[in-house]
Amino acid sequence: MSQQKEWPLWEVFIRSKQGLDHKHVGSLHAADAEMAIQNARDVYTRRMEGVSIWVVESRNVHASNPDEAAAFFDPANDKVYRHPTFYEVPAEIKNM
Amino acid sequence: MDLHHTPTAAVQTYSPELRALLFGYTLQLADTSLILGHRLSEWCGHGPILEQDLAMANIALDLIGETRSLYQYAAELEGKGHSEDDLAYLREAVDYKNPLLVELPNGDFGDTVMRQFLFDGFHLFLLKELQNSPDPGLAAIAAKSFKEASYHLKWSSEWIIRLGDGTEESKRRIQKALANLWRYSGELYTMTQTEQQLAQSEFIPDYATLQPQWDAHVARVFAEATLEVPQNVFMQQGGKTGRHTEHLGYLLTELQYLQRAYPGLEW
Amino acid sequence: METIIEKSLEEAFEEKIANEVRIEPKDWMPEQYRKTLVRQISQHAHSEIVGMLPEGNWITRAPSLKRKAILLSKVQDEAGHGLYLYSAAETLGTSRDQMIADLHSGKAKYSSIFNYPTLSWADIGAIGWLVDGAAIMNQVPLIRTSYGPYARAMVRVCKEESFHQRQGFEIMMTLCNGAPAQKKMAQEAFNRWWWPTLMMFGPKDEESPNTEQSMRWKIKRFTNDELRQRFVDMMVPQAEFLGLTVPDKDLKWNEAKNGYDFGDVDWEEFWNVVKGNGPCNKDRISTRVKAHEEGAWVREAALAHAQKRAQREAEKQGS
Repeated sequence: MSQQKEWPLWEVFIRSKQGLDHKHVGSLHAADAEMAIQNARDVYTRRMEGVSIWVVESRNVHASNPDEAAAFFDPANDKVYRHPTFYEVPAEIKNM
Repeated sequence: MDLHHTPTAAVQTYSPELRALLFGYTLQLADTSLILGHRLSEWCGHGPILEQDLAMANIALDLIGETRSLYQYAAELEGKGHSEDDLAYLREAVDYKNPLLVELPNGDFGDTVMRQFLFDGFHLFLLKELQNSPDPGLAAIAAKSFKEASYHLKWSSEWIIRLGDGTEESKRRIQKALANLWRYSGELYTMTQTEQQLAQSEFIPDYATLQPQWDAHVARVFAEATLEVPQNVFMQQGGKTGRHTEHLGYLLTELQYLQRAYPGLEW
Repeated sequence: METIIEKSLEEAFEEKIANEVRIEPKDWMPEQYRKTLVRQISQHAHSEIVGMLPEGNWITRAPSLKRKAILLSKVQDEAGHGLYLYSAAETLGTSRDQMIADLHSGKAKYSSIFNYPTLSWADIGAIGWLVDGAAIMNQVPLIRTSYGPYARAMVRVCKEESFHQRQGFEIMMTLCNGAPAQKKMAQEAFNRWWWPTLMMFGPKDEESPNTEQSMRWKIKRFTNDELRQRFVDMMVPQAEFLGLTVPDKDLKWNEAKNGYDFGDVDWEEFWNVVKGNGPCNKDRISTRVKAHEEGAWVREAALAHAQKRAQREAEKQGS
């Protein structure tokens, strides 16, 4: 058995109401996933903030490297044609 | 809601005898939630880890919320113009009718979890049935508290398993808690005269019908926790008829301090 | 070569700060910025946790069921706030265990206000009204603090805190409109809490070594003296409304500066409480240490159980 003493850290994601995405709200410590969900309920939904909870052990979250942010995200800057407002639609055309 | 089935309307139709019985019973439920909620609230700021501090406070808050609804309803049944606080704060120890189990001191975390577990099962299975009571007041309170109690039992059951099937030390501690507390579990199911009369008129369930569910749940959890249930234990009784442990007096001294020191004031 | 890269990283960092762009956990940051944040956020978290104790004293003695429920949920919120803040600090590479160890050893500080005792029910009102009032003044600007996780934690904290001050004021108002004994209780608590509350804004600007750098990095947004002045200006009319006398003979409206002049805080007392000589320093820490040590077996058991379970799960999959 490992010498680890501290309960692992978990990231908590909450769906605030049906139809919305789960959103990262913070983190907490728990010994296992079941406890992490219950702790999330007790810590992050005391004011009816949620209808559904996801937890992910923090060490399992892989993140992009901020040093590469330019290489990752800048190329999308000039692709305005991906956004609907790039296109001109005559005023007479409704519902598009 | 059907107008005739509002709690207030229903109470008006009851005989004085029935009102007295329901008053006594509601008070007993209120005392039970109050005393256990009070005990749990003593943990606030002293829990084994922050996350569990929050969890215990949530359970205590649920119980205090239930307490308030019950005392408010009891005051209505009594019809003497008392407030929830008059009933909660201004009676003598012998007048509190909670079972002994809930007034026992917190001990260590294991003792608290065990006390909670033994109570939670009883509480949940009772509330489940009370939701169907012909008395709309009790039925409405039970319906709300039932959801909360489901979570309480989940919390305490999982902790029993973790501590039982955790380390050697946790096993020793939780087994000891069980050995100490088991003798207080019988009183939950011993029916007082008030309870028997209300059960006969089917306002509340016969507790004998609740016990098998409780037995099964408790046995399953203890088995998973690798705990041994003490055998042939002489069950302690008394709280529900006002014969308490010495611990209750101290608890009430603290609880009632301001109301007693400054009678009749608003806070 | 390395120094050149370092320099450009630092420039990029300074540029973000200048442009109000939040710094996020994996971004490069100067070591001193990281250290300052860990110190400030953990100190803030410790204050929430230690702060549970003086108010927690009165949960079992609250005078009505309504007050009991409100107080318990308030103290519980403080546990939550401590947790959010520890989590924010953990994104900077420290662990909660380490921070707690520093609190227990006396290495880390917490707000000195919690080293004063709660002696009557009115203290619960005074803490909510004054101490939470001061805390809100300190905290609201932190919503715009430069470090993302800290700012986000503070959004949550401030949202939840809004009821704390109101419940305190309501307790004071009930007491002040109540029996003479209650009014007396309120004034007596006010007398004891007023000056320690003014100390919450920290030493005078000229004696606050960390303020300047923290302002530059936008960790802090206002100086200690600025916030203290605002607080006095805000609270004096509220005290008058309650019919309470501010325990400061030098308090006087100053038309020219459109604010109050007020007496000097007893800085000798302030530094002594900071150094550990306040009325409750030792009790507070020993209470925290006791809770932590007595909880050790519980935390170990949960971890051991989780490992056993995972192992059984793995064996089942393997067979």
